[in-house]
Amino acid sequence: MRGNPLEVKILTRRFGLPNSASIDVYLANEGYQALKKALAIKPDDVINEVKKSALRGRGGAGFNAGMKWGFVPKQANKPKYVVCNADESEPGTCKDRVLMEYDPHQLLEGIVIAGYAIQSHQGYIYIRGEYRYLMEIVDHAIAEAYARGYLGKNILGSGFDFDLCTHSGAGAYECGEETALLNSLEGLRGYPRVKPPFPAVIGLYGCPTIINNVETLSNVPHIVLQGGDWYAKLGTPNNGGTRLFCLSGHIERPGIYELPMGFPLGRMIEEVGGGVWRGKRLKCVIPGGSSCPVLTAEEIDVPMDFDSLTKIGSMLGSGGVVVLDEDTCMVKAAWRIMKFYAHESCG
Amino acid sequence: MVDLIKLTIDGKPVAVPPGTLLIDAAKQMGIEVPSFCYYPGLSLQGACRMCLVAIEKMPKLQTACTTVVGNGMVVHTETPEVANARKAMLEFLLTNHPLDCPVCDKGGECELQDAVFRYGAAETRFLETKQHEEEKKFSSLVYYDRPRCILCYRCIRVCDEGMDVNAYGIGFRGAHSEIIPNRGEHLECEECGACIDICPVGALTSGTYRYKTRPWEVTYTGTVCNHCGDGCKTTLSVRNNVVIRANNRDHSGVNGEFLCVKGRFGWDFVNSEQRLTSPLIRKNGKQEEASWEEALAHTAERLQAVLAQHGPGAVAVIGSNRTTNEENYLLQRFARSVLGTNNLDHHRTADFSSLVRALTEAGAADRHATIEEIGAASSILVIGNDPTHQHPLIAYQVRQAVRQHGARLYVVNAGEIKLRRQASQYLQVSPRGEAEAVRALAGQVTASQDLCTGEAEALPTFAQALTKESDTVVIFGDEIQGQGVGDLVRWGLTLSGRTRFVALGDYANSRGAADMGLFPDTLPGYQPLSSEAARQQFESAWGSNLPTTSGRNLRSILEGIRAGEIKALLVFGANPVRTFKLEKAAFAGLQFLFVAELFRTETAEFADIVVPATSFAEKSGTMTNTCGQVQALKRTMRKAGTRSDLEILLALARLFGQKWPYQSSEDVLREIIALVPGYGIPLPGLLVGHAVATRPEGAPPPLERPDLVFSSRDSLFTSGTLSRYSWALNSVDEAKKPYGHAF
Repeated sequence: MRGNPLEVKILTRRFGLPNSASIDVYLANEGYQALKKALAIKPDDVINEVKKSALRGRGGAGFNAGMKWGFVPKQANKPKYVVCNADESEPGTCKDRVLMEYDPHQLLEGIVIAGYAIQSHQGYIYIRGEYRYLMEIVDHAIAEAYARGYLGKNILGSGFDFDLCTHSGAGAYECGEETALLNSLEGLRGYPRVKPPFPAVIGLYGCPTIINNVETLSNVPHIVLQGGDWYAKLGTPNNGGTRLFCLSGHIERPGIYELPMGFPLGRMIEEVGGGVWRGKRLKCVIPGGSSCPVLTAEEIDVPMDFDSLTKIGSMLGSGGVVVLDEDTCMVKAAWRIMKFYAHESCG
Repeated sequence: MVDLIKLTIDGKPVAVPPGTLLIDAAKQMGIEVPSFCYYPGLSLQGACRMCLVAIEKMPKLQTACTTVVGNGMVVHTETPEVANARKAMLEFLLTNHPLDCPVCDKGGECELQDAVFRYGAAETRFLETKQHEEEKKFSSLVYYDRPRCILCYRCIRVCDEGMDVNAYGIGFRGAHSEIIPNRGEHLECEECGACIDICPVGALTSGTYRYKTRPWEVTYTGTVCNHCGDGCKTTLSVRNNVVIRANNRDHSGVNGEFLCVKGRFGWDFVNSEQRLTSPLIRKNGKQEEASWEEALAHTAERLQAVLAQHGPGAVAVIGSNRTTNEENYLLQRFARSVLGTNNLDHHRTADFSSLVRALTEAGAADRHATIEEIGAASSILVIGNDPTHQHPLIAYQVRQAVRQHGARLYVVNAGEIKLRRQASQYLQVSPRGEAEAVRALAGQVTASQDLCTGEAEALPTFAQALTKESDTVVIFGDEIQGQGVGDLVRWGLTLSGRTRFVALGDYANSRGAADMGLFPDTLPGYQPLSSEAARQQFESAWGSNLPTTSGRNLRSILEGIRAGEIKALLVFGANPVRTFKLEKAAFAGLQFLFVAELFRTETAEFADIVVPATSFAEKSGTMTNTCGQVQALKRTMRKAGTRSDLEILLALARLFGQKWPYQSSEDVLREIIALVPGYGIPLPGLLVGHAVATRPEGAPPPLERPDLVFSSRDSLFTSGTLSRYSWALNSVDEAKKPYGHAF
C-alpha cells in the first residue's frame, strides 16, 4: 500500500499494522468498541445515526445506506437477513479486496451492527469466486469473532443473537447485482429479479433483506463510534465520509487511496496519482468502473462525489478510476469493454 | 370499494384498480403493447424489453409489463422513440434467430414474426455469422431449437408455476444461454406440452405436429377432449380429414389454455390405422367384414329371436363413459322402450347418484362446484383420488386457486399424491382409509389408531382447521361412495358458507352416462324407476310402456351371462372383458354379443357383430364433465365406414319398427332439455362453446353393492382402451414409469 499525505485514513487506518487481520490487533485498535456502543442503544437510533452520516452505498449505485435500512419492515413475522455484497467484479475496482484482506473484523463489526439495526439474526458474506483466498481470511476472522463472543448467541451479554457465514460466488459478474446475488445465494441461476419488490421487503428466501457493499458496511463502526455528524462532515453535503479510490491505468502511482468524498478528480490524478504516466497527456478518465460514462480531459475538474458526477452525465460508481493517456485508441478501448460485457451478459 | 387509479394512456383517460400493470391497463383500452416474456397468470420476468413505453417525467423508457399504474401517470405507447426502441430490440432478437420462417412450424402464428411485421425491423446491421446449434429432442413430444429461442422464460414459468413440474432451467449465459431440462438431457415431466403452446416463437415444437402443415392450411374446430372427466375444451386442427394438432390457444372453455398430455397429444387414436372401418360378422367362428345393412339387419334379427324365445329379461345393455349424452339417452330409450329391459348399466367410476341423492335430501341440490369455481375457491378439500393423474385440469385448478388466490388446500389420501405439495394440511390415512376418515371428520366414529399413519392429533387438527374455512369445495374420488357420500355431504354442509361438491369420475362422459340414466333402476335425471310419475313422463313422450322392475346392474349382468340367464348382450363403447379381466368362458352362455367400438378390443374379439363407431372427433353432441357442466362436441372430420352410436341406435330402432322423431343429435338434445330434470339448459350458450352447469335433483335408489363404483386409476398417460391406440401417449418415457411417479 502506497500512502499519500492527502489521504484521510478512516477505513484504512489499521492497514499496514503487523498482523492487521487478527482479532487481537483489531481489539487493540478500538475494535468492537462500536458494537458495544450500538448494542447499548435502540436499533432505530443506530439507523438514525447512519442516516445522519449521509453514508451512501459504495457498491456503485450510491443509495443512502440508512434509508435502505429504514425500508425494512419493523414488524415482520419472517426472518430478516443482512447480506454483504463482496462480489467485487467491476473492472477497475479492487477496494473490497483490501478491506477484507487487511481488516476483516472491521467488516464483521459493521455487519453485526447492521444486523442489530434491522433486528436480523443471520448474515451472509457473498464473496466473489475469484477471491477464494479471501474466503480463508474472512472465515478465520469469523471463527475468531465467534470464539470471542462477537458473533453467535447473546453477543456481549446483550441478548442479541447473530450468525454469520461466507458464501462463494462462482465467477459471474452479474451476481454483483443485488437480486442476482440473492438468487445465486439461494442456489438459483444468477439472474436479476424484477424490482419492485425491493430486497428490503422481499429479498433472500422471500424475506426482508438488506444488501450492502463491503466498504459501506466497513464504514458503519466508525459512524457509530464517532457519530453521524462527524462522518458527514468528512465529505460533501449528502455524500458523507471518505472513499477508497482505486487509481489505475496510465498513471504514475496506481493504487488504492482513501480520500474524502468530493475530492477533485484533477487533483486526484495529479497530486495523488502522480499524473499521467511517462509525461503523456491525459485523454480521458473512466471515473467509477468500466460501466461509467467516460470523462474527457476537459471534464476532470469535478468533485468526486455521487451528485457531482451524476450532474455531468457520468457516475461515481464503484470507485475504480481508470486513467487513459493520449495514445489510447478509444475504439479499441470501447471494443474491449464491450467484449467484457458481452461475455458477462446475464442473458 | 377501493379507489381506482386514474392515468392517461395515449391521450385517453383510464381508471383501473390499484396494482394493475401498465400493460394490462393498456390492453383494457384496446391498446396492444407488444411483449414476449409477459404472460398473464405467470410471474413477471421483464426479460424481453419489447413492452417499453414512454412515461412522462421518467428519464428512460419503462417496461409496461413490470410498471404498476400510478395516479396521474401519462403514458405514450407509440411514440417514435418507443417504435425505435422496439425496432432495435427486434433487430437484436434477430441477431441469432434464423430466418427459417418458411419451414418453421410457428410461421404464420409466431409472435416474433408478427412484431417484426409491425415494426418493420427485418433489416439488420449485424454482419456476424449467426450462432448455430443443433436441434435437441427433449422428448418424443417436445423438441427444442436453440437458435430460434428468444429466452422469454415462458416455458420455464408455465412449467414451474402452472404445472408444478419444474422440468426446465436455463443453462449458460448471455448469447449462449439456452433452455435445458433440469434433470438430465431429456425432459422428465408430465409431457403436457404447455411449453410448446406458450412459446412465442418456434423454439419448442411438437413431436406430433412438426413439419406437418402450415397453420393456415388447417381447419380449426372447438370441441371437447374425450379422455378424462374434466371436459377440457380443445381446438382440433384438421387437415385433409386428419387431426394433426390439439390446443386451445383462444383460452376459451373451462380450461383456458390448459391441456394435459392426453388432451394435447393423446387424440391420435383417432388417426390410428387399427380403427375399425367395416362391420364384422362372425361366420363359421370367424369375424368377417360385412356391409352396414347386413350387420344391422342381422343384429335386429338375432335380438328379436332372443326376445321371442327368452323374453326381455335375457337381454342386457352396457353403455359407455365416452359417448355423448344424446347417444346415452337414446341407448337407455332403446333398452327400455324397444328391448323392454332395465338390464342396463355402465362402468360407474364415481357415485354421482349418491351425491345427487344426498344433496337433494339436504335441500342443497345446487351445491355442485364447477371447474371455474374450483379455480377461484378459497378453501378446497380433496379426499381420495390422485387428481394430478386422473383429473389433470382439476389438479391445475386447485394449484391455481392456491397460487393465485391464496386458497388453503386440505388433502386426505392414503397415498403421497403430488397435490400434497400445495396442501396447507395433508392427512395421510391407511390404505382405503378415506371413508373412515370422513366418518371420523363428521364425528360419527372415533378414528381407529392406525387410520392416521402420522400422529394421533393429525385428524382433530385437520378437522379444526376446516371448521375455520368457509365456502369450501369438497372434491372426492371413488373411495367415497354409497353411504359414505351421504356422510360427507351432511358433514360438509355443516361447514360455514356455501360448501360445494365434486365427485370425480374417470372418463369424458361418465357424468353424462349417469345423468342420462344408464342404470338398471334409475331413469334420466336421477329419477327412480319406481316413481310412477317419472316413468309416465317418459312413457307419454315415447308412446310406449317401460318395464317397471329394476334390471340387472353391471356385476349382475356379468353374473347372469355366466349363469346362462342373459342370452344377448349389447355393448356400446365399453370393454368389460378388459375391465373385469374376463375369460372367453365367461361369455360362453351368450347367444349373441353385439359391440359398437372404435377398435377390435378384447370384448369386440368375442362379438358376433362388431360395428365401427365414430370417435369424438367425428360426431356432434354434448358431454357432461365430472362437475356437471355440459359442453358441445363438434364434428371436425369424417371417417369413412364408421357411424356414430346415435346413427347406429336410430337405424336399429328403425329395424325394430320404431318411428323415432330424431334427425340429429340436436333433436335428441331438445328432448333431453325438455324431459330430463336438471338439464333445462339454454341452448344458445352451449352452441357457442360455453360450459353450462346442470342442476340435477332426484332421489335415485341407494347404491346396490359396493363393487359397482370403481375408478380405473388411469395415469396421466393412460385412458382406458383408447390410450393403447395412441402413439403419442406410449412414446414418452414417463409412460413406462410406475403410476404415481412425481415430477
